[in-house]
Amino acid sequence: ESFPLSVLVHCFYFRGGAELLFDGVKKHQVTLPCQPEPWDIRNLLKWIKQNLLKERPELFLQGESVRPGILVLINEADWELMGELDYKLQDQDNVLFISTLHGG
Amino acid sequence: MKCGQGTAALVIRVGDPFCRGCFREYFVHKFRAMLGKNRVIFPGEKVLLAVSGGPASSAMVRQVQEGLSREAAKRLRFIPGLIYVEEGAVRRQSPEQREQTLAQMETLLQATGFPYHLIHLEEALELPPSILQPGLEHAGPSGPSYKEAVDSFIQQQRQDGDSGTSVPGHSTPDTAAGAPASPRLPGAAQTQELLRTFEAATTATAREELLEMLRTHLIVQTARDRGYAKVMMGESLTRVAIKLLTNLSLGRGAYLAVDTGFTDQRHGDVMVVRPMRDYTAKEIAFYNRFFSVPTVSVPPLFTKRREKPSIHQLVERFLLGLQEEFPSTISTVYRTGEKLSPEPAKASSESDRCLLCLCGLDTYGEEELALEPTLILEEPAAGAESKAAYIPLLCYSCRLTFKELGPLDTLPPYVRAEGQRRIRRAEMEQNQENQESNES
Repeated sequence: ESFPLSVLVHCFYFRGGAELLFDGVKKHQVTLPCQPEPWDIRNLLKWIKQNLLKERPELFLQGESVRPGILVLINEADWELMGELDYKLQDQDNVLFISTLHGG
Repeated sequence: MKCGQGTAALVIRVGDPFCRGCFREYFVHKFRAMLGKNRVIFPGEKVLLAVSGGPASSAMVRQVQEGLSREAAKRLRFIPGLIYVEEGAVRRQSPEQREQTLAQMETLLQATGFPYHLIHLEEALELPPSILQPGLEHAGPSGPSYKEAVDSFIQQQRQDGDSGTSVPGHSTPDTAAGAPASPRLPGAAQTQELLRTFEAATTATAREELLEMLRTHLIVQTARDRGYAKVMMGESLTRVAIKLLTNLSLGRGAYLAVDTGFTDQRHGDVMVVRPMRDYTAKEIAFYNRFFSVPTVSVPPLFTKRREKPSIHQLVERFLLGLQEEFPSTISTVYRTGEKLSPEPAKASSESDRCLLCLCGLDTYGEEELALEPTLILEEPAAGAESKAAYIPLLCYSCRLTFKELGPLDTLPPYVRAEGQRRIRRAEMEQNQENQESNES
């Protein structure tokens, strides 16, 4: 009884990393396929790595989370308030990544 | 949460989330508190805000706008101007990309209503050698105290009917009058010349230092030419912590306080202040997002293929990684930096002042062994201008950077001109001493 989720993924980089990482596109309306367990941020990051990241995923990911220095907002709020990796995604959620990194 | 009403939007201290409204108040207050605590910006003074288009300096501009729009009692009382140094040449942007970035920046600057200056990094090639000397300070110990200056300013304002610091209605570039609206790039020859300087540097670390030096000199020179007594730089707390450890690794331990502190007086007549150094990168990113502060992104400084990353990059990675596991890392580094004294950076005379960073030389009295890595042993043909002759003019850290820069003919002309002058002067003094000792 699961449905595909439509999620907006948005990335802000201030030193030109976005071009490299996400093929120059900053806003991605993505449709996540049905899966037995509910989608959380942990799964979303895996999905992004497999489907959106073009080159050098280490600039965006570290382990199962985002690289230190990258902030995550879920529906315009700090993901630390939402359970971080464990947050369960809802249809039409807005996930935003902001890089505070200087050097590449 | 403070107000107990709004929806929690972000966490700054664990267990104490902010709603948007409270966060905004906290953020805006912090800027005023920073300036109020340090009391170095006098009312009516011209202050040049260095804007890169990045998050921290853009948030800084917004704070000044906020401060100037307040009711009279709480209003900031200085006169702001903006400067943007366009660095597309060393960020490997095509002329079209540079024009585009420049146009975005100009829109951003214009929207503030403040006067602004657009400078290209290429213009560093035309800097005067005097930028390597401190200017004469205007207000010495005999000048009015901060309190006297504020009191007399307020009195003056009452007489003028409070029109003293009214924000100008629209903004104009403070460059050549009547210049066409579309900004133009420097000539291709100048860009090539600048690139030659950067490409000759053998490490990414030296290139980072070179960029920072040229940018700072351009900003301070503009302030000096246009009568700005202060320059505001937008380094955040996170950036300050990274810079502390970076500069320590670069051998700038003696100068950490001036390189990262609230005030930096090495240039004499123009004081550099860092009012954003109490804000973390996270606070700034959320503020900009919540309150729609516009920013402009540019690519990083170019690196050569298969080159080791710069010390700057490595330290950033190291510190942010550590912060992830030990959340007080960055604030601890920052607070430790607060305890440092600016004294070791003071220079008493020209012969005691580093040619490049203008700090008091830290090489006197050092054991020979400690200075060995800073020396240049191989000499070019006799009689020719040698890089080795510059070494005594430099501090420990600038010696290391200088060694990794290219041959002398790739250095910016102002550095060479001033270096030559000091070398000749030192030779003359040496000759005089020799003569005197011969006579006696």
